[in-house]
Amino acid sequence: MKHPIEAVAVQEKKTIGFWMYLMTDLILFASLFATFAVLRGQTAGGPSGSDIFNMPFVLLETMILLSSSFTVGLAVLGSRRGYKKQTICWLVVTFVLGATFLTLELTEFTRLVAEGYSWQRSAFLSAFFTLVGTHGLHIAVGLLWLVVLIVRLIKFRFRQSDIHRLALFGLFWHFLDVVWIFIFSIVYLIGGLT
Amino acid sequence: MMQQMLDFIFGRLKPSDFVQEPITAIAGYSMVGALILAIIGLTYFKKWRWLWRTWITTLDPKKIGIMYILVAIVMLLRGLADAVLLRAQQALDNAAGTLLTSNQFQQIFSAHGSIMIFFVAMGIIFGVFNLIIPLQIGARDVAFPFLNSVSFWLFVAGMILINAPLVVGQFSAAGWLAYPPLSELQYSPNSGVDYWIWSLQIAGIGSLLSGINFFVTILKMRAPGMTLMKMPIFVWSALASTGLIMFAFPILTATLGMLSLDRLMGMHFFTTTGGGNPMMYINLIWAWGHPEVYILVLPALGIFSEVVSTFSRKKIFGYTSMVIALLAIAILSFSVWVHHFFTMGTGADVNAFFGIMTMIIAIPTGVKVFNWIFTMYRGRVRFTTPMLWFMGFIVTFTLGGLAGVLMAVPAADFQLNNSLFLVAHFHTMIVGGVLFGAFAGFTYWFPKFTGFTLNERLGRYAFWNWIVGFLLAFVPLYILGFMGATRRLDSYDPSLGWQGLFIVAGIGVAIICVGVFFQLLQIGYSIKKRHENRVGNDPWNGRSLEWSIASPPPEYNYAVIPTVTQRDEFWEQKKKKHGSLIKPAYQDIWLPKNSGLGPIIGGFALLFGIAVIWYMWWLLVIGLIGVIVTVIIRLTSDDTERKLSAAAVAKYELKRGII
Repeated sequence: MKHPIEAVAVQEKKTIGFWMYLMTDLILFASLFATFAVLRGQTAGGPSGSDIFNMPFVLLETMILLSSSFTVGLAVLGSRRGYKKQTICWLVVTFVLGATFLTLELTEFTRLVAEGYSWQRSAFLSAFFTLVGTHGLHIAVGLLWLVVLIVRLIKFRFRQSDIHRLALFGLFWHFLDVVWIFIFSIVYLIGGLT
Repeated sequence: MMQQMLDFIFGRLKPSDFVQEPITAIAGYSMVGALILAIIGLTYFKKWRWLWRTWITTLDPKKIGIMYILVAIVMLLRGLADAVLLRAQQALDNAAGTLLTSNQFQQIFSAHGSIMIFFVAMGIIFGVFNLIIPLQIGARDVAFPFLNSVSFWLFVAGMILINAPLVVGQFSAAGWLAYPPLSELQYSPNSGVDYWIWSLQIAGIGSLLSGINFFVTILKMRAPGMTLMKMPIFVWSALASTGLIMFAFPILTATLGMLSLDRLMGMHFFTTTGGGNPMMYINLIWAWGHPEVYILVLPALGIFSEVVSTFSRKKIFGYTSMVIALLAIAILSFSVWVHHFFTMGTGADVNAFFGIMTMIIAIPTGVKVFNWIFTMYRGRVRFTTPMLWFMGFIVTFTLGGLAGVLMAVPAADFQLNNSLFLVAHFHTMIVGGVLFGAFAGFTYWFPKFTGFTLNERLGRYAFWNWIVGFLLAFVPLYILGFMGATRRLDSYDPSLGWQGLFIVAGIGVAIICVGVFFQLLQIGYSIKKRHENRVGNDPWNGRSLEWSIASPPPEYNYAVIPTVTQRDEFWEQKKKKHGSLIKPAYQDIWLPKNSGLGPIIGGFALLFGIAVIWYMWWLLVIGLIGVIVTVIIRLTSDDTERKLSAAAVAKYELKRGII
C-alpha cells in the first residue's frame, strides 16, 4: 500500500477536486435560475406559478429533503467513529427520504402534465420543469451513489477510503439541499405567492 | 409493422441520409478510407495490442497530451480544407452554385468555426496542458489521471460526431454558435444542429472535467518550495485558463442542454412562440463564448512568455505585472459579453458599460506586450523558429487588438457588426495568437518529448509562408468589411467590385497552405533525420524545471521530486554549477495502472450522442447505462496503482546516465 501521508494527500486532492466540481455544478444551476428568472412571466396565456403550485405539498417535499440532509450528517459522523451498523442505518434512512422526495416530485410533475400544463405549454413551464427536473436528476444520481455506498459497506470491511467517499457524498447531498432551498424560495415562494 | 420496427431501430435515419453531394462525399469517404487503411495496417503489422496497451489505455499525461496534439493536427487540416473551399467560393463567386451550393456553403462555414475552436484550439490547449504542466511544476502526474483519460476520450467522441455528417446526414447550417430561432426545429429540422449540439456537449463536458483536473493539479501538486509566485508564467496562464473553464463551461452545458430540450421535447426557451426568448440564448452563449476566447489565448500568451524569456536569455520582464495582467484579463473577460451584440438594443447605458469594459481589457494585454518587448531588450536574442513565431504574433496580435478596441465603441460596432471586418479581427487574434503560440510551443517543446529537434530551415520556410499568406488572407477582409461586405456570403453582386479583394484573400489562403505543407514536411523530414538531430536534456539553454530531466522524460518524470527555491529554478541551478556528488536517494514511485475504462466511457458517450441525433431511443438507454456502469466499476475499484520500486528507478536513471 501507499505511504499513509501520500494517501492523505490523495484524499485532499479528491476533496478539493470535488468542491471544484460542485462549484461548476452550481454555475450550471445559476444559468438555469437566470433563465427561469427571465422566463418567469412568459406564460403565453397559460398558468402562472400561483395557479399551479400546491404550497403545502412543496413544504412537505422540502421538509423531507432537509431531514435527509440531517440523516446523512449522522451517517458521516457515525462513519468517522467507525460505527458501521449505525452508518448503514442512517444511509438507508437517507435513501428512503431521498426516494420519497423524488417520488413526490414526480407525482407533482405527473399531475401538472395530466392537467395539460406540460413543459410544452409555455416558456415559464419549460424553465420550471428544466430547473426543478435538473435538481431531481441530481437527486436520482445521488440515490444511485447511495446504493453503491451501502452495498460496499455491507460487503466489505470499513476502510479509510470508504469514510472519505461517504464524506464526499455528504457534500454532494448538502449541496443539493442548498440548491433546493433556492428553488423553494425563488421558484415556489416568490412564484407561488405573487 | 415492418416499418414500425425499422423506425424503432433506426429512428429517423434513412438510407437517403447516406447520399451526399460530391465534395462532401469525397471528403467523407477519403476520411473513412484513411480509417480503413489504418485498421488494415494495424492488423497487418499486428500492432493492435501495442496500440491498446501503450496508447489507448494509457493514463500517462505525456501520452494523452501527444494524442490530443495529433487529433488537433488532423482537425486543423480538416478546418483548413473547409477554409480553402469557402475562400475559393468567394473568389470565384458570382453565379451561386459554381462551386458550392448555398446549403453546402453554410454547412462548411459552420463546421469550419466549430472544428477550429473546439477540436483544434481546445485540443492544442489541453495537449499542451497535459505535456507541460506536470513537468513545469515538478510533478509526476496530474491530480486525477483517470479523469484525464475520460476527458480525452470524450473529446474524441465529440470529434467523431462533428465529422460524421460528412458521411451520414447533414451538418448544421446555422453558424458556429447556432443562433436561434434559425437553429430551432422549425427552421433546421434535419439532424445538423443536433450533430452540432451533441458534439460540443460531449467534448465540452470533457473540457470541463479537464479544467477541474488541471486546476487542482496546479494548486496541489507543485514541487516543495514552488510557491504560487515562483511558478513559470505558463503555469500561471494555465491556472487562469482552467479557472475560466470552470466558470464558463457549465454555462455552455446548460445552454446547449436548453437548445436541445427545445428541439427534442418541444420546450420554449429560445423559440419565437410560447413566450421563448432567442436573445437569451445569445446572452448565455456569449457569457460562455467570450471567456472561451481567453481560455484559448491565455495559454498561448503563457507559451510566448516562456519562449521569449528562454531565447532572450533573460528572466521575464515584470513577472508580477505579468501575473496580475493574466488574472485581470481572466476576471474582466466575464464583463464584456454584450459587445458581441451591441445591436441587440439594450440601450446606450448598457452598451457604454460593456464598451468601456472591453476597452479596459486592452490595458492588461498591452502590459503583456510591453513586458515581452522589454524582455527582449538587451537580451541576447536567438532568432530560432519559435522566436520568429513570437515576432509574427506581436505584430498581428497588436494589429488585431487595435481593431478590437475600435469595434468596442458601440457606435462603430453598429457599422461593423456581422461584417468581414469582425471576421478579420477575430482571425487575427485566434490565428495570430492561439495558432502561432501553438506553433512556437510545438517547436520549442518538441525536443523535450522526442529527443530530437525540428529542422530549422523548413520551420523558417513555414513561418514566412504563414505570415505572408496570413496578411494577404485577412487584410483584404478588413477592407471588405469597411466596404460593407457581411460575413457568411456565398454570393455577391459583381457590381460591388469586391471580387478583386476576395481573390487576394484566396491567394493568401493558398500561401498559408504552402506554409502548412512545409510544416508537415518539417515534421516528416525531422523524424527521418532524427539520429542527426539528437539533443540532450536542455537543447535551448532553458530556464524551467522541465529541461532538467531526460528527453523524452521517463514515465515518472522526476526520479527525485525537486525542491524549488526561486523563479527560473533550473537556470539558477545551472549558474551555480554545483556538481553534487551525493547519490540521489530514490524512493518507490506509485504510478496509475493503465485503464481501458476511459475509452469505453468515451465509446458509450459516442453511442449516446448518435442515439440522440437520430432518435434511436434504445441506443440512448444502452449508452447511458453503459456510462453509468463503467463509472461505478471504476469508482469502486481500489486497485488502481502500481509500484515502481526504488531499485528499478535507480537502474533506469543509471541507464540514461543521469546520475
